[in-house]
Amino acid sequence: MLDIQDLSIRFTRYTFGLKKKETCVVQGLDLSIAPGQVMAVIGQSGAGKSLLAHALLGILPRNAQVEGRVFFKGKPLTPERLSTLRGREIALIPQSITALNPLLRVGVQVARAARLSGISKKDAPTTVNRAFSRYLLQKEVATWFPFQLSGGMARRVLTATATVGMADLILADEPTSGLDPATAKEALGHLRELADTGKAVLLITHDIEAALKIADMVTVFCAGTTVEVASADDFKGLGQLRHPYTRALWNALPANSFIGTMKPIERSPNTTGCPFQTCCNEQDAVCGHSTPELKHSSAGRVRCHHA
Amino acid sequence: MTINPLALDRRTRTMMVILGCLILFSAIFLGAWLYGEQGQVTNLALRKLPPGWDQPFGTDWLGRDMFARTIKGLRISLEIGLAAATCSAVIALLLGLAAATMGRIVDVAVTWLCDVGMATPHLVLLILISFACGGGAKGVIIAVAASHWPALTRVIRAEVMQLRTSDYIKLSHRLGKSPAWIARHHFLPHVVPQFLVGLLLLFPHAILHAAGLTFLGFGMSPHTPEIGTLLAESMRYLTTGMWWLAVAPGLALVLSAMTFDVLGNNVRALLDPKTLRE
Amino acid sequence: MLEAKTLAYRYGKQCSWLFDDLDLQIAPGEIVGMSGPSGRGKSTLAKVLAGYLPPGRGSVMIGGRPLQGSGHCPVQLLFQHPELAVNPRWKVGKILQEGEEPTADLCKDLGLEPAWFDRYPHELSGGELQRICLARALSSGTRYLLCDEMTSMLDALTQAHIWQIILDIARSRRLGLLVISHDTTLITRLCSRNISYFGDTVNH
Repeated sequence: MLDIQDLSIRFTRYTFGLKKKETCVVQGLDLSIAPGQVMAVIGQSGAGKSLLAHALLGILPRNAQVEGRVFFKGKPLTPERLSTLRGREIALIPQSITALNPLLRVGVQVARAARLSGISKKDAPTTVNRAFSRYLLQKEVATWFPFQLSGGMARRVLTATATVGMADLILADEPTSGLDPATAKEALGHLRELADTGKAVLLITHDIEAALKIADMVTVFCAGTTVEVASADDFKGLGQLRHPYTRALWNALPANSFIGTMKPIERSPNTTGCPFQTCCNEQDAVCGHSTPELKHSSAGRVRCHHA
Repeated sequence: MTINPLALDRRTRTMMVILGCLILFSAIFLGAWLYGEQGQVTNLALRKLPPGWDQPFGTDWLGRDMFARTIKGLRISLEIGLAAATCSAVIALLLGLAAATMGRIVDVAVTWLCDVGMATPHLVLLILISFACGGGAKGVIIAVAASHWPALTRVIRAEVMQLRTSDYIKLSHRLGKSPAWIARHHFLPHVVPQFLVGLLLLFPHAILHAAGLTFLGFGMSPHTPEIGTLLAESMRYLTTGMWWLAVAPGLALVLSAMTFDVLGNNVRALLDPKTLRE
Repeated sequence: MLEAKTLAYRYGKQCSWLFDDLDLQIAPGEIVGMSGPSGRGKSTLAKVLAGYLPPGRGSVMIGGRPLQGSGHCPVQLLFQHPELAVNPRWKVGKILQEGEEPTADLCKDLGLEPAWFDRYPHELSGGELQRICLARALSSGTRYLLCDEMTSMLDALTQAHIWQIILDIARSRRLGLLVISHDTTLITRLCSRNISYFGDTVNH
């Protein structure tokens, strides 16, 4: 469905007056996702997770430069193609209710999303009704305004808005943050259902435990680079995980040993080598001067010299 | 997925636009000063000439150079706009601050005044005030200043109210900071950019309304070459085919008003940390 | 000792009490957890305890005396969204010094990079900004920290890292902590005592 190879995103920023500085936020990012799959993207905040979503929707700020190969359904995803696909075949489930227009009734907004995704005016009302009943929203919810929705209902409306069309690739950006456990579970369940109907779901989150509940595969980002692609089952124990960074993430969970890194991982533009080298226990000379390749390793992939 | 490397980025473009606007405005003032008396000089040998090399904006029925007159008219418009917009912005600042900080009753009163000001048809209010003040530059300035503050007042009131309820202001208080310190360090950096940008964005309105008042005959005396006067005079000659009398000053007016709009929006982008570094 | 005595709060006279008759004690050096579903007033309680909101009934006492309205408050609150707890027009360096200039040791413990000080808050990640807020809250006069879902927006590594720092500092300075989180695993991991006041009361 979607195949991203060696994506990089650079920003040119002004420091003072007209002096510029270039920062490379994402470098060597690989990701692929198949229909019917939930692919979770996990990593630290600032690792480039949201930038990936923004790049896929073509809504990066103007001072960003994107390079790399992105294929959607086998064909290269150019900015022109993207602008026709966005909302039709690639849809975003936003993080919060603020993404909806506060002054428009919910039903109108879902119908508008349906029309934008290419559903004819005649079919739109039935499609909207179907979307509402699929997410157990009562008919009268359509006449409500966004502020009247409770947290769980808001998630369902947002999901309905994104999926009312025929989108095959669904991006969910932090769908569980700020939700209590019951609502979060429900939101995740809807994503799983979507994947089971043959859509590809890209679940971007910082919450590993939430991601593992529904994901088939997990892509781990570290400092803007893909360091590991693992199946969700690999997270059952430390032994299956390939990259030291993934192991550190897993270890840091309160349910496991709850150990954090003492140093934050930050990549300056001219560092060479492995992005995780400063915090890694297995680090040696080779990690410092060459960036490891993303190798195939059993069912997954890993970017480490020692794996 | 690459972006044209030749495209200018935001900061350079913003800087260039701001510089361009400033050059344009100084050119108007400088030009008006250099032309001196020239715009008033009648030259019957050069009557009713269409725009050409010697007279880029043509000449009128008395042979006066329309370009010189337009420049002088713009200068007067800018001066009036500056005075009116500044007065208006200061009123807005004071009322906005009062509404947000001096309790419910003041707030209700100011909000009501804003609503009234915005609901009254602008032109009617302008004509009334200008007429009541006896017309002329003073009348126009008072009328424009007295009718343009509501929008900015609302912006400033909302900004201050939002700040007052924000977590970082309360946190600052719990860190032991005095109200005066909070006002100086937290409120000022938010209100000043709003004020400056609001002031710049008031200009185009002020200029256009000042010209409009004069055009209708409630503003400046017919002897001052204000743009409104030029446009009013040209009305009589339009039917005889002297289109340049209206088109050139009219365009110049619209362009300078638009320039202020562009300037305001660019200054805003430069003052906001979110867009500052793009 | 930070004490809440028969504390109650409601938003406006028409609303029902969000919590009522609530008693709570946090001793210096003690780490108390609090969990429960959202919308039941946990955050409001934290705001009342830190003096952001005046109590509707009852009182907040610290060391036997009522909480002062002005001056540096010994009870500091840390928020879920650090980006809302800093002035977006200030540079990080100024934010950091708002309480009092943090000591070099504290900066080192928290892993604050001098390169950040010249940036604006939106140019830092959530974890970095949360550590800045933490440094600001940890003035010498601070005796109690209330952490309201402080790390729920952060990834596991950053979360573990921040809690390690807080626990170290709390131990050496004998700070009292109130940890509010919906993550019960986190609470059991961190706290010696758990308050379930908001778990079993149901109100609307």
